[in-house]
Amino acid sequence: MEQGLLTPEDEESLRQIASKIESYEKDRKNLIPILQMMQETAGYLPKEAIKMAAGYLGVAECEVYGVATFYNQFRFHPPGKHHIKVCMGTACAVKGGGIILENFERKLNIHAGETTPDREFSLERVACVGCCALAPVAVFGETNRGHLDQETVHGHMTPSAVEGLLDGIAIEKQMKERVLKRMEMEKQIEERVGNVDESDG
Amino acid sequence: MAKFLVDNREIEADEGTILLQACLDHGIYIPNLCFVKGMDHPSASCRMCFVEVEGERQPVPSCTVKVKDGIVVKTDTPQVRQLQRTAFQLLMSVHDVDCANCPSNKKCELQRIAKFLKAPLKPRALEIYLKEPRIDESHPFLDYYPNRCVLCGRCVYTCGQRNAQSFLAFSKRGFNTVISFYGAADLSTLDCPNCHACVDVCPVGALVLKEPAKRTVPASSDLGLTPKPLEV
Repeated sequence: MEQGLLTPEDEESLRQIASKIESYEKDRKNLIPILQMMQETAGYLPKEAIKMAAGYLGVAECEVYGVATFYNQFRFHPPGKHHIKVCMGTACAVKGGGIILENFERKLNIHAGETTPDREFSLERVACVGCCALAPVAVFGETNRGHLDQETVHGHMTPSAVEGLLDGIAIEKQMKERVLKRMEMEKQIEERVGNVDESDG
Repeated sequence: MAKFLVDNREIEADEGTILLQACLDHGIYIPNLCFVKGMDHPSASCRMCFVEVEGERQPVPSCTVKVKDGIVVKTDTPQVRQLQRTAFQLLMSVHDVDCANCPSNKKCELQRIAKFLKAPLKPRALEIYLKEPRIDESHPFLDYYPNRCVLCGRCVYTCGQRNAQSFLAFSKRGFNTVISFYGAADLSTLDCPNCHACVDVCPVGALVLKEPAKRTVPASSDLGLTPKPLEV
């Protein structure tokens, strides 16, 4: 279970967790509530958080990990900016949801449940999302600091659609960067022109 | 002392002894994988040690029965054998049968059970499902082979008995359940190379001591340190 390095936001989350954990009684029964609080705060369970929970409750780290891996609600990788959920409910599975998931995995070079190293994409395998008529379904979510902002449902997925969607996001990102760059350049030019004007005057 | 019958043989044992233990002590073999001598609450998870006890509606795992005066036990009935064979086939459907390259070849509990039940090592009717990765090398002193493991939990129990807390635990679930050493990589002062109780208690060859050359950190005994006690 490798994880990337902690970002400044993660470190801030860990500080918050460290202060919040004090309000829990030191009892084994609080393990799951503590893990839930940690995930709520950091968006995932960093290694450091698991260590903290184990130390606080006096249980072995591997036991905390065992409990956390048993439940589907806990993740060990930070959510990416784009959180992709691929449905593997009965209808989607029958309609080739597995192929769609595999395509995402290959295209992003991560496994289900993981996050790309640049934290742009995270991939999750989910059970039913409730629109079986559109099977196979993938749901794209935009996250903001670990919390979900908005979700878009993509139905009747095909392998080419996987590529198209990911390329679309990449192009959008490039365009945004280009616009930002141009704005910056214009600003610089304006400043320079202004300076020239002033020196002329 | 309680007197009771096992396969028409009279046996004496202390009242309250675990039936499986009493039978094994008297040389009556009942296939078992998850039981460790001295356990207070056996997990009864391997589903191998079934016996019929008179008065019970259906076969019961003998590790959950306490010895009482006058009970009548049968270890070899068609129903018991049926249950044991089914459990064994299911275990073997997630087992990488490669005995020639397994360190526990010839002393393996699975081989013994297969011989005892006259069951094949490779289940014919079931699809084989193996886990990836084939080896977990994350522990500084141990290697774990998930496809040999029968998930009996003996190692978890034994490690917990030896130390304040077990350094091994089950993780994930369902078909993906494995024994994990999570966190052990940081505990470089662990005394695993000298203890290796978990390796000894493993009924198969799932836990193997790393060769000294492959250790990721030197053993505490190599450094002249005492093992680190766990804070509880």
